Amino acid sequence: MNNGNGRRLNGETEEDDDDEGSEGDLDAWERTYADERSWESLQEDESGLLRPVDNKTLYHAQYRRRIRSLSSQATTSRIQKGLIRYLYIVVDLSRAAAEMDYRPSRMAVVAKHVEAFIREFFDQNPLSQLGLVTIKDGIAHCLTDLGGSPESHVKALMGKLECSGESSLQNALDLVHGYLNQIPSYGHREVLILYSALSTCDPGDILETIQKCKKSKMRCSVIGLSAEIFICKHLCQETGGSYSVAMDESHFKELILEHAPPPPAIAEFAIANLIKMGFPQRAAESSIAICSCHKEAKVGGGYTCPRCKARVCELPTECRICGLTLISSPHLARSYHHLFPIVPFDEVSSSVLNDPHNRLPRSCFGCQQSLPNPGNKPSLRVACPKCKQHFCLDCDIYIHESLHNCPGCESFRHSKTPIATEE
Amino acid sequence: MPSAPTKLYADDVSLLVVLLDTNPFFWSTSSLPFSKFLSHVLSFLNSILLLNQINQIVVIATGCNSCDYIYDSSLSTNPGIENGKLPALCSELLKKLEDFVTRDEQLNKQQSQSLPPTTTSSLLSGSLSMALCYIQRVFRSGPLHPHPRILCVQGSSDGPEQYVAIMNSIFSAQRSMVPIDSCYIGSNNSAFLQQASYITGGVYQKPQQLDGLFQYLSTVFATDLHSRTFLQLPKSVGVDFRASCFCHKKTIDMGYICSVCLSIFCKHHKKCSTCGSVFGQAQTDVASASNLKRKTPES
Repeated sequence: MNNGNGRRLNGETEEDDDDEGSEGDLDAWERTYADERSWESLQEDESGLLRPVDNKTLYHAQYRRRIRSLSSQATTSRIQKGLIRYLYIVVDLSRAAAEMDYRPSRMAVVAKHVEAFIREFFDQNPLSQLGLVTIKDGIAHCLTDLGGSPESHVKALMGKLECSGESSLQNALDLVHGYLNQIPSYGHREVLILYSALSTCDPGDILETIQKCKKSKMRCSVIGLSAEIFICKHLCQETGGSYSVAMDESHFKELILEHAPPPPAIAEFAIANLIKMGFPQRAAESSIAICSCHKEAKVGGGYTCPRCKARVCELPTECRICGLTLISSPHLARSYHHLFPIVPFDEVSSSVLNDPHNRLPRSCFGCQQSLPNPGNKPSLRVACPKCKQHFCLDCDIYIHESLHNCPGCESFRHSKTPIATEE
Repeated sequence: MPSAPTKLYADDVSLLVVLLDTNPFFWSTSSLPFSKFLSHVLSFLNSILLLNQINQIVVIATGCNSCDYIYDSSLSTNPGIENGKLPALCSELLKKLEDFVTRDEQLNKQQSQSLPPTTTSSLLSGSLSMALCYIQRVFRSGPLHPHPRILCVQGSSDGPEQYVAIMNSIFSAQRSMVPIDSCYIGSNNSAFLQQASYITGGVYQKPQQLDGLFQYLSTVFATDLHSRTFLQLPKSVGVDFRASCFCHKKTIDMGYICSVCLSIFCKHHKKCSTCGSVFGQAQTDVASASNLKRKTPES
């Protein structure tokens, strides 16, 4: 835009933001007009009327690419996954986190999405634990210890959002390495680094630290917010993690939420072990006991540890008195869909659709929405390879991302295969 | 669906998805005949539609070999508006239900020719999944939509082979904040439905006297979600969340969990019988699919 150029030539710095990595003189709101040009995606049909922009097929195509890239790594659908994870999130609060190319600042956007990630992480991995580490002024601080309750992590993060100084990758890795060495051998050690800076200021040889992490079997992943950095790429390659750089806020959200489901486990990394766990019963409504987490008397509605009979308020948790992990059977059941995933649905090919001999179902099996009979448009329906029922695109996304059951396979007796259950 | 003006969308507009159990194995042994049961349910459905002009009802039948949509109140043409009468849902619903039961029975005959009948449970996981897909469609329909909830009227006992699928549906309902109410008319309590109602925040009730089923339905299950905040509904007592071990199927309160496949054992073993991992040693290779056996324990 001319105004922007004019200001820059004068050498004045307005309160425009530093747009790192872009053309340099456009604000973020200006970029949506100059770069993205949403009006160009409008199309006209034969009579000159505007055709509505079809976001649904775009969204669905993105979803299928993602599913295909995930499933192409697995030769069979049942690949071993690391279900008991000990994850540290390292948040970079150096000077670079105050950049305003993400609105209102990188730090605020990161904090918002880390909160969403924490809740999603505990939803998908109820047996795992999470800790937070920040890097500020070249020193790494441990914000919260490894724990299983999302509220305490979120509260600690939101209270400490100031940034200054340099960023030091080696100090963060050293700190996390020290903590993760203490966890039991059956757990998978993971680190997720959210890196805003473009450099790292280290006291020693970071390559040695990377080798140390590799020997301790820590899987380090990095999500960069500015640009690709060689040392991050090297770290991820050596330890078997994934490195990605976010292009904008929604892409960052997608990248961080990709780390919520358990990654494929590298077999030598964790030793299989039998973990002793307790399944407490809910206490009677009128019982009074002193709860071990708040240290005060409470009436009714808690759980009793089966080993030491202490009262705890919520599950899953570790009993503070005897150290037994306490869970309930639904918590284990939350992880079962990782062990028994459903097959991705196939697109119904246009040859099948246009064949007049085929009697196609007119509505989606799941939601009863009518499926249009397409002419030359790409197919708007998918089919389950096992039960051959047709579904609409929205049901396909919902089934694979949230429900993890195919309604068709569940609704017909002869297509059921026996599965491992507990009750 | 015609869009109603905003002022009609009060807090108590609800979408009720009813999952009716039509399992012939259960109804042949029940003290309440199926026809009387249907008359209770039909009066209940009519009363829901009377509570608010834009309430919506969807009925899904849970059979022994299949599940299907029976009725959707938003789709029926209503010629009755001219006369000032509400459209009668009885005839349409009953006809479709009869067709469904006949088809289900056909499938049963086909099944029993090829395999002997192994289980007498109904396909609750199928109808729950279909109900949740329909509810997602309602969520997508725009900012003004009725508050959905699911009512399971079930009499058959739990089928343990459906445990994982039912738990997946329960967690998905919990995430979408859809309560699952259960009205259990069988003989023993259903552990699956108790867990479903507890986790999703619904109501579980096993009516004492089946002759008065309509009373239970209309006083407890006709309440909409907004009114539940100030009504006293039956509280859940004694939901048992303990697990059963894979080796003896007995309920345990302390056990051992395999860190790879999350199988539960009551005693310490050297090797996991489900995934084949040897405990205490580093694994050499990823367990292949053939090792991961799937079992059906009888409950």
